Amino acid sequence: MAATLAVGSGVFVMTFPQPRPQAPQLPQHLLTTIDCQQGAVRAVRFNADGNYALSCGSDKSLKLWSVSRGTLLKTYSGHGYEVLDADGSYDNSQLCSCSSDKTVILWDVATGQVTRKLRGHAGKVNCVQFNEEATVILSGSIDGTVRCWDTRSRRFEPIQILDEARDGISSLKVVQHELLTGSVDGRVRRYDLRMGQLHVDFISSPITCVCFSQDGQCTLSSSLDSTVRLLDKSTGEMLGEYKGHKMKGYKLDCCLSSKDTHVLSCSEDGHVYCWDLVEGSLSLKLPVGKAVVQSLSFHPTETCLLTAMEGRVQLWGLEPEETVKTEEDTMAS
Amino acid sequence: MASDSDSDEDFVTYGTPLEPLEEDEPLKKPVPLHEQTVKDEKGRYQRFHGAFTGGFSAGYFNTVGTKEGWAPSTFVSSRQQKAEKQHVRPEDFMDDEDFSEHGIAPREITTSQEFSSGRKDAVREKARAVNAQAALIPGDTLLEELISPARLSIGVELLRKMGWKEGQGVGPRVKRKARRQQTKGSSRVHGVVLPPAGSEDSEQEEDDDDEEFAPENVTFAPKDVTPVDFNPKVGVQGLGYRGLDPGLALLGGGAAEHIDLFRPQSDTRSRLFGGAQRGSRRGGGVAGQAFGVGALEDDDDEEVYHRDSMSRYDTVLGGEEPGDGLYGWTAPQQYKKKAEKSKDASYLGKILEGFTLAQKPVRDKTIFPPPDLPRDYRPVHRFRPAVDVKSLSGVSPALAEALKTSRGHMVKEEPEQGGRHQLDSGQRRALLGEDTLQGPSSVMELLRPEDRERLKNLRNSSNVPATKAAPTPLSQDALKSAVTLAGSLAARAAGSADHGHDRGHDHGRQQEALAAWKGIQTTSQTFRPFEKNPSKQARYEMYLNRLKQGDKDALEQSLDSGVTEWERSRERDEFVRASILYRPSSSSLSSRFTRAKKEEDDNSVEVSRDEEGDVDDKQAAVNMKMFGKLTRETFEWYPDKLLCKRFNVPDPYPGCGIVGLPKVKRDKFSVFNFLTVTESREPPAPPKPPESGKRSRWDVSGQKAEEKKKEEDPLSELLSAARNQTETKPEKTLPASTSTNHQTPDSRTKEAKSADQEKGNKDDQEEEEVEEEENRPPMDLFKAIFAGSSDEKSSSSSEGESEDEEEEVGDIKKEEVQGEPQLINLFKVPSSSSSSSVTSSTTTPNTTSSRHTAVVSTQNSTQVEEEFGPKLPPPSAALSRGGATSIRSPAEEEKLSKRSKDKKHKNKKQHKHKKEKKKKKHKKHKHKGKQQKKSKKETSDSSSEEDSDGGEPEQVSTEELLKRLKSMKSHETW
Repeated sequence: MAATLAVGSGVFVMTFPQPRPQAPQLPQHLLTTIDCQQGAVRAVRFNADGNYALSCGSDKSLKLWSVSRGTLLKTYSGHGYEVLDADGSYDNSQLCSCSSDKTVILWDVATGQVTRKLRGHAGKVNCVQFNEEATVILSGSIDGTVRCWDTRSRRFEPIQILDEARDGISSLKVVQHELLTGSVDGRVRRYDLRMGQLHVDFISSPITCVCFSQDGQCTLSSSLDSTVRLLDKSTGEMLGEYKGHKMKGYKLDCCLSSKDTHVLSCSEDGHVYCWDLVEGSLSLKLPVGKAVVQSLSFHPTETCLLTAMEGRVQLWGLEPEETVKTEEDTMAS
Repeated sequence: MASDSDSDEDFVTYGTPLEPLEEDEPLKKPVPLHEQTVKDEKGRYQRFHGAFTGGFSAGYFNTVGTKEGWAPSTFVSSRQQKAEKQHVRPEDFMDDEDFSEHGIAPREITTSQEFSSGRKDAVREKARAVNAQAALIPGDTLLEELISPARLSIGVELLRKMGWKEGQGVGPRVKRKARRQQTKGSSRVHGVVLPPAGSEDSEQEEDDDDEEFAPENVTFAPKDVTPVDFNPKVGVQGLGYRGLDPGLALLGGGAAEHIDLFRPQSDTRSRLFGGAQRGSRRGGGVAGQAFGVGALEDDDDEEVYHRDSMSRYDTVLGGEEPGDGLYGWTAPQQYKKKAEKSKDASYLGKILEGFTLAQKPVRDKTIFPPPDLPRDYRPVHRFRPAVDVKSLSGVSPALAEALKTSRGHMVKEEPEQGGRHQLDSGQRRALLGEDTLQGPSSVMELLRPEDRERLKNLRNSSNVPATKAAPTPLSQDALKSAVTLAGSLAARAAGSADHGHDRGHDHGRQQEALAAWKGIQTTSQTFRPFEKNPSKQARYEMYLNRLKQGDKDALEQSLDSGVTEWERSRERDEFVRASILYRPSSSSLSSRFTRAKKEEDDNSVEVSRDEEGDVDDKQAAVNMKMFGKLTRETFEWYPDKLLCKRFNVPDPYPGCGIVGLPKVKRDKFSVFNFLTVTESREPPAPPKPPESGKRSRWDVSGQKAEEKKKEEDPLSELLSAARNQTETKPEKTLPASTSTNHQTPDSRTKEAKSADQEKGNKDDQEEEEVEEEENRPPMDLFKAIFAGSSDEKSSSSSEGESEDEEEEVGDIKKEEVQGEPQLINLFKVPSSSSSSSVTSSTTTPNTTSSRHTAVVSTQNSTQVEEEFGPKLPPPSAALSRGGATSIRSPAEEEKLSKRSKDKKHKNKKQHKHKKEKKKKKHKKHKHKGKQQKKSKKETSDSSSEEDSDGGEPEQVSTEELLKRLKSMKSHETW
């Protein structure tokens, strides 16, 4: 995708003349609905390979699901308040989760035991993520700090505290040596460990979610002005702007599709909006329900989407179960 | 959990399962030993014939290979793998020594031609030739001369470019008189290798030139120097042995006129040095010391082993003519003398290779006869009394004993004259080329005036006996040395053998110590130099105490009387030294060193070095959607070393101790610290709105406050703020608590309302609020502002403000009245969840849970929800009811739709309200910033509070405002 995108100039060039552009491959059919029975699902996340899903409940529990079968595999309880975010390690051996109780917990997947409970944040912890090798847990909190916790040592103090944000951290992502944080102070910060640099992009509206593109060249950030912006990572220039959804008060997720073809965002009007990345046009407006779509997660490889609304998690796929979809299936409008 | 039980079956399985056992399957019998066979990879049996004979059978009848012999290596087509083909080179089979024979260049690192100095260096060649003459096989260098590289070494080329010419020496040009034209060519001094054998002409010293005549102000290149060829002597022959001369031996010397080498040796050499041809030519034949007369030689009358000719001897007494064409001329006497001197050497006989005659004769060693023993001398040794060797630490007992016997007492350290410790600071400074140290130069300057005065008095009056023994400059010297160096003191004290001198010296220093310590009443612990020896330390302290009291005999009294005299003197020295060295710093060193003002600077705060640029510009850029350079800022950021390690990334700043953004210390209480976000000392973002259209009341007031602050002294502001704060503190908590306790449901409604409000607000309104929150200035600023405003209000008490206040409160009330019918709905939607206390909604659980806790905490929790940007969406009604059903009931649907409708309605209402407010804002824009700001700021908080004391709107006074502020502050600290 990025090959066809002349970064920086805003001119889009097709490298290969395709005879006919393929119809958008979008997860528009409901495959499974899981009732998580854990209160409101604050976040739903695929694991590294996309076979399992994690749901963070407001009843202080974290649940692990098999995506294909829609069955519960394990319940992890140990948090003192609602769980806000979770992540799985690359080898599926560990989980980390964060909660309103200001703690970050490292779990052992198999036993369901708390490996480590990391305290230090002054407020509720909004987002948490492993680094690539699961050697560091990074957690962003409402207290405006990102803390880097060491999973290898027995140290309970963070390795480093990134307190550059002037307001709460709402979202963070780690890819290789780069850390992307979105803050309520309206800035997207990118920490480059290799270069030893901090890049701050001013968006002005409070950031709710940030993402890296799969090719690592762009960053996606959604903000409370109901806009999702695609920025060039190296220069900070805006490559795309996606509007139409409603995101004004809640911390909702956005993401990119697995092949960087589409931009997806939750909306407060109960839909998941899906835009074509290049054209910026709305390709799909997926009706999830009547309430706010709280969280969504795109499958790392396949065209598969998890959404969370209220107490339910829904799995959306390319094709409806057992029936082969054809292209004339109209997009939901 | 109920679902756990059924999910247990859904575990993932790994690996391949074992084959299920069939019951009727017969058990496998173990294979007997004789049936256990070994097969090779082709399935053939391999016979085992014992471990000692090689294990399994292999090859052909246990030989290697096959029936045909060696197993032919299987053919492998090399068509595909040509690149991989191993080329065996002949070198692989050769010895390293043989490479050169076959013209194979060595593969080692050698000096490339460019940098090697294998060029035609006339001088070096000459030296080589000279030395080659002495070699076992003379003429060795012939080949090397013939084959000479064409290139010059880089050094020579550089030298040439610098103006050097062949034949010249290297170095600065010498002013020297021109060499006179010599008949014998340029005979020069050639260092030690000069063979002076009978040729006095070559002895042309440089000194000689001085007497020659030459024009002034002409400089010459320095003379070239023939380097010595330091070839080790390898043969077993004696010194001065000379090998066979090939020139004579082979060619008979006749045809050897053209090539220098092929001349008889002495001639060759003299030629080499530009010497003239001398004497008669020999007939030929083998000459040298190695051989006698050859069989083919026919002249039998020659001496067998050594041939000598008369030409080697001078035939004329008084020497030959000098050969400089000046013979007979009445040259200056000195010249003659010199020549004569060198001439003398020629009569001493043959001089060995590599040796020259000494210019100065060795002085005769005078040997003194042994002294005559006195008559009554008896060779019996008398031993001295033993000295405690152990006390002399650091010296081996044997050595100490030896020293004792030799000198009577052990010298601790023999001071080396002119050593490092003997120099004073001035000398060392001169040596090091450093600048003079800033500060007082003399010790006397370091002392306080009174001290100086006292010292002077001491020296003048009371120290008469001391000055008798030791003159005044000596004590002065002692003073100086005491301050400058400990080492010199020690050396001097211990090393000086002169006892009388030492005494005086000591006394002077004692006086100095007395002067330094007298009258000082320091109870504080001073340095304890003799900590290891408690008794000694005690004595030392006694000494110090006496010094402090001004006791002149302090030293003698405090010394231990039970030890030997030597030890006493040693201790005395040490005490005096220590007392001078570790004297109270007030007198001497305090002026040199400045004490740190504070250990911990509490008044400064760390502020990141790189401040973010102007937010206004960025906001403008964002509005214009010009993301990129305008909105992007890049800082230097230092990740932790461990973090880099964990991320598998090299440390971008290795060896740097900084972590995070580089910080600088700034004054904590400086108002500018917080006012200046940018370097340009502009007001920060929060008080100054990015857009005039989006201007919130916060901002206006902030600006006003800013202006006000500029007028007023910030310090007094802060002070007054602090005062007000303390005054209002007790009052604050009570009403708040009562209000919240009584009004909890109401406040909750409010909260819910405000939450919905926020959700449903217009875009810019939202942004505005968030903007306010995100860029909240620090508490100090608020304090300063509001303290100032309250002060102002109390003093000036503008009626307009109170009016406005009233108006606004009234507004709010109106609003409430309007919103009354909706309140139920509003209340219902979120609080339906709150009523069921198990499931949690975003806003309510906090209040419910903390209702019974302290009031502040309730405020906190509510505040938290609203303080920070985006919220979490509330769980649905379905959830709140238990969440068991995934399908929504129609009733719920209805409710939801109603809710949305309500929202819409509310939106409208709010819109209106907002307009109203805007209008208002424009109206009272000027004089009513702060109050509005506050009331707007904490919409929910203040609304609830206002609700509680809504009956008396006039009461919203400075106290109230401060109260709110306080609550805000407590949230922050939380």
